[in-house]
Amino acid sequence: MTVPGTAPALKDTAQNGAAEAIHVENLHKRFGELHVLKGVSLSARDGEVIAIIGGSGSGKSTLLRCINCLENPTSGIVRVNGEEILMKADSHGHTVPADRKQIERIRSKLGMVFQNFNLWSHMTLIENVIEVPVHVLGVKRETAIATAEKLLARVGLAEKRDVYPAYLSGGQQQRAAIARALAIDPRVMLFDEPTSALDPELVGEVLKVIGDLAREGRTMVLVTHEMKFAREVATHVVYLYNGLVEEEGPPEQIFGAPRSERLKQFLRNVG
Amino acid sequence: MELLSFEPPNGRGLSLLHGLANSVGIAFGSFGVGLVIGIGGAYGKLYGGPVVRDLLEVYTTVVRAVPELVLILLLYFAGTDLINQLLTALGHAAIDINGVVAGIGVLGVVQGAYSTEVLRGAILGIPQGQIEAGRAYGMPPGLLLRRITLPAMLPFAIPGLANLWLIATKDTALLAIVGVNELTQTTRTAAGATKAYFTFFMAAGALYLVLTLVSNVVIGRIERWARRGMPSIAGAH
Repeated sequence: MTVPGTAPALKDTAQNGAAEAIHVENLHKRFGELHVLKGVSLSARDGEVIAIIGGSGSGKSTLLRCINCLENPTSGIVRVNGEEILMKADSHGHTVPADRKQIERIRSKLGMVFQNFNLWSHMTLIENVIEVPVHVLGVKRETAIATAEKLLARVGLAEKRDVYPAYLSGGQQQRAAIARALAIDPRVMLFDEPTSALDPELVGEVLKVIGDLAREGRTMVLVTHEMKFAREVATHVVYLYNGLVEEEGPPEQIFGAPRSERLKQFLRNVG
Repeated sequence: MELLSFEPPNGRGLSLLHGLANSVGIAFGSFGVGLVIGIGGAYGKLYGGPVVRDLLEVYTTVVRAVPELVLILLLYFAGTDLINQLLTALGHAAIDINGVVAGIGVLGVVQGAYSTEVLRGAILGIPQGQIEAGRAYGMPPGLLLRRITLPAMLPFAIPGLANLWLIATKDTALLAIVGVNELTQTTRTAAGATKAYFTFFMAAGALYLVLTLVSNVVIGRIERWARRGMPSIAGAH
């Protein structure tokens, strides 16, 4: 645990009229008969760290994946950087992005970190980190390499730059995946249960990197099972239950004085 | 042995080598055509609409069901005939289609059907998260195919593709039946003219063997390169 005094300072600046980086409104997602999200709204202003917590099947990962359209929301509004993602119905009646170029442009501003790292196995770490800057964003290779080396050093992997992901531990792979996300200088970082696939002794090194990013003011949306960590770094916590926001608020309230019975129950079970 | 020397008129070595060159050329070309069809076919089968998927299913089923020799006869004679009829209908003069080019086309269609299945399996073998990561970072479909899907599936595709390559080298021999001047055809001609059947067919067999041995070395290198990001299985190397 770090000193609880570090996070609140962030919270004040975040609420002082900072621009809204992510705006989700009345989002619904159905997988066939299964109604996973039943009208969820969410907002992340610049500098905010939004933690989404909830039991398995509550829809928290789906919500995160709807922000960059890895899952297409069935209905509702998603705005990134003030730009609304345009959706249309395809020939099967599924909602799909209306404009591929728009969704690609928006995605290239969102740094996604996955539960299973998803590093590209045929590329070394440095190649993984420069891939998107060079081939999607059009950054010059030398510039991208210089940036990537700094980022790898930052996550403690400078000497592993020419190693393939399969030769690294889960914690090292996830730190490299965070460097890959940082390499696009993302407007918002999206973390989808970043420590859930890690051995317990490797969780700390990854949380430390994410915590540092939070403390330096990176905007992030974080789906996590690490309650202590969420309490420590989040500026706002959203508790999802069965596809709906059951309770949300500052971490002190959510973890210190939860109002909802379900949230109390959930915290007893995970705590 | 002087029959195999490179000095005409008695030595037929040169014409055998010429036949081998044609065989390798046809194998290379048809394997390449097959790969292109295979990439398109695998993508179509995995991500295409119902009509595309059905059409591809018909293609792979029919081509893999009918004996290659029958397909070769069918496509070679009916195919060239069809092209010429089309050309005449459009007001062009009929053309004489080069045997090597026709061979590449015919075997390419056969190879394409098998490649489709090999590559489809290989794409399914890629951990899907790697493709998802590409999408999550805004890669357009073409870039995703070139930078992620193709290189990531290669380790899973190489054993199947290596088989297809070796089959391609030997399927060229079937083209002898339609008179394409490849190794088997030149061997048959040389053997028939000199009555030295044993000598020439042993020589041709040896040449096919050399082709396979060289292929194995090259394939081994490609496979090691394709698997560069994968730890070797303990004791395998």
